[in-house]
Amino acid sequence: MLNRVFTDQLQLGLGQSAAAALLAFAVVLLARGRKVHLEGEAAVALVRGLVQIIAVGSVLVVLLRGPRWTGAFLLGAMILAAGAISTKRAKGIPGSYLVSTYSIACGAGSVIAIMTWLGVIDTAITSLIPVGSMLIANAMNTNGLVLNRFHSDVLAHVGEIETALALGASPRQSIAPYIQTSFETSLIPAIDSLRSLGIVWIPGLMAGMLLSGSRPIYAAIYQFVVLTMIFAASGLTSLVSTMLIRKHVFTSADQLLLRPGFSHKLSE
Amino acid sequence: MPDLPVVLRTDHLTRSVGDRRLVDNITVEIRSGEFLAVVGSSGSGKSSFLRLLNRLDEPTAGTVLLEGVDYRQIPPCELRRKVGMVTQRAFLFPGTVHENLGFGPRQRGEELSVALAQELLTRVGLPGYLSRDVANLSGGEAQRISIARALANTPTVLLLDEPTSALDEASKIGVEDLIHSIIRERSLTCVMVTHDVAQAARMATGVMMLEGGRVIKAGSVKEVLHA
Ligand SMILES: Nc1ncnc2c1ncn2[C@@H]1O[C@H](COP(=O)(O)OP(=O)(O)O)[C@@H](O)[C@H]1O
Ligand SMILES: [Mg+2]
Repeated sequence: MLNRVFTDQLQLGLGQSAAAALLAFAVVLLARGRKVHLEGEAAVALVRGLVQIIAVGSVLVVLLRGPRWTGAFLLGAMILAAGAISTKRAKGIPGSYLVSTYSIACGAGSVIAIMTWLGVIDTAITSLIPVGSMLIANAMNTNGLVLNRFHSDVLAHVGEIETALALGASPRQSIAPYIQTSFETSLIPAIDSLRSLGIVWIPGLMAGMLLSGSRPIYAAIYQFVVLTMIFAASGLTSLVSTMLIRKHVFTSADQLLLRPGFSHKLSE
Repeated sequence: MPDLPVVLRTDHLTRSVGDRRLVDNITVEIRSGEFLAVVGSSGSGKSSFLRLLNRLDEPTAGTVLLEGVDYRQIPPCELRRKVGMVTQRAFLFPGTVHENLGFGPRQRGEELSVALAQELLTRVGLPGYLSRDVANLSGGEAQRISIARALANTPTVLLLDEPTSALDEASKIGVEDLIHSIIRERSLTCVMVTHDVAQAARMATGVMMLEGGRVIKAGSVKEVLHA
C-alpha cells in the first residue's frame, strides 16, 4: 500500500516509520486505559530511536568507505553509550555507570575481538558493525536486566542480607542467592532466542544475507553463530556485572549500602 | 557488679545521617553477664544504637570496644560472630531448620553437628524440628529458631531488637522466658531494645533510656524505671 504512495525510497522509509509509530502509539493508549503510563518514555524513546538511527545511518554511509579501524572506533563509542543507557535501569546502585560500561566492554568486546580474530566476524565494516552492534545491544540489555533485578532483589531482602551478615557471613555469601537469580533471569532472553531460532523468529541479518546473495544454508547457519555469540556476550556481561556490582553495594566494613530510602552518599 | 570485666564499651558513639543525629554521643559500659535494656519511644534511636554495636552501620564518631579492643580492628565477620543479634522479625533462610542453625558455623567452614543442633532445638523448646522446612513455622517457632541460630555461633554478647514485639500474646511470654533463662544459664552479656518498660523491668539488670538519640536516663532497673 505505502509503496504505491511513495515512490522515493527515503519517503517510503519515513512513511513506514509513521505507520509503525502509530501502532506503537495505539499500544501506549491501550496501556493508558489500564492506568499504565508509558506515553512520556515511549514518545521520547521513539523519536530518539528514529533520529539516532538516521544519524548513524548517514555516518555509516561515509564510514563504509573509510579504513577498517573506524569500525573498532565506532564499536568503542557504542559500548560507552550502551553503558550509559543501561545505567538508567540501575538507578540507586552506586557506581553503576562504570560497572555497566566495564561489563559490556568485557562481555561484548571480548566476544567481538575473539570472533573477529578467528574470522567468524568479517573485518569489513559492513559486517563488523552490524554484528558487533548486535552483540553490544544484547550485552546492554542483559546488563540492564541483571542490575535491575539485583537492585530490586536486594531491596526486597535487606532483612535476610543483614541477618546473614550479623551471623558472620561475608558480603559475597550474604547476597549469593540474589546474584544467582539475577544472573539466571538476565540470560532468559538470550536462551529463549537461541531456543526459538528459526521457529519463532528469523533475524533480520539473515534476510539481509539472502538479499545480498549468500547461499541460503550458510545464511541460516550464520544466524545460529550470531545468536550463540549473543549468548556468550550476554553471559559474560552478566558474570562481570554481578561480580563488580557486589563490591559497590557494601562498605569496606561489610555493611550493606543499598537500603530502602537510604542515600549511599551519606554513609561514606 | 563493678568487679566483673567490661565486655562492651561504647565511647562517644555517634551516628549522623545528613544533619540528623540518630545516635548522639553515647558512652556506656556493659559488664560481663549484665543485661542492659534500651528503652525509649518509637524513633528514639534504639535500633540505630544496636546496629552500631555489631557494626551493621558505621559510627560517624566515637567507637565501640569489645573486650578492650577497638572493634574497627576486628574483622567484621569475627566481630559479628562474637556479638550475635536477634531481630524483631526472624529472617530465616529458605531451607530446613538444620540448615538455618548451621548457617553461622558454615561461614567459617565448620559443620554444626546433628547432636549440637538437636541440643539447641531442645533448649528452645522445639525438639524434633531439625529437618522441618522453615516455610511452615509459626511466628513464635520462627523466632525460637532464630534465637537458636544466633546461639549456634556461641556469641559472647547477644543483641536483641524487640525480640517479642512481633509475636502474639501467647508466644510472647514463652519466648521472653526462653531468652531470659538462656541468657542466665550461659551468662551471656546482653543488650535488648524494647519499647515495653514492663518487659525491661522483668528481664534487665540495667536500663538506658533514649530520646532523640541521646541517653536521658541510665542506671539500675530500680533507679530508672521505678523512680
Ligand atoms: N538509615 C537511616 N537514614 C536516615 N534516618 C534513619 C535511618 N535509619 C533510621 N532513621 C531514623 O532515625 C530515627 C531512629 O530510628 P530507630 O533507631 O529505628 O528508632 P527506634 O528503634 O528507637 O524506634 C528515626 O527517626 C528513623 O526515621
Ligand atoms: Mg526499632
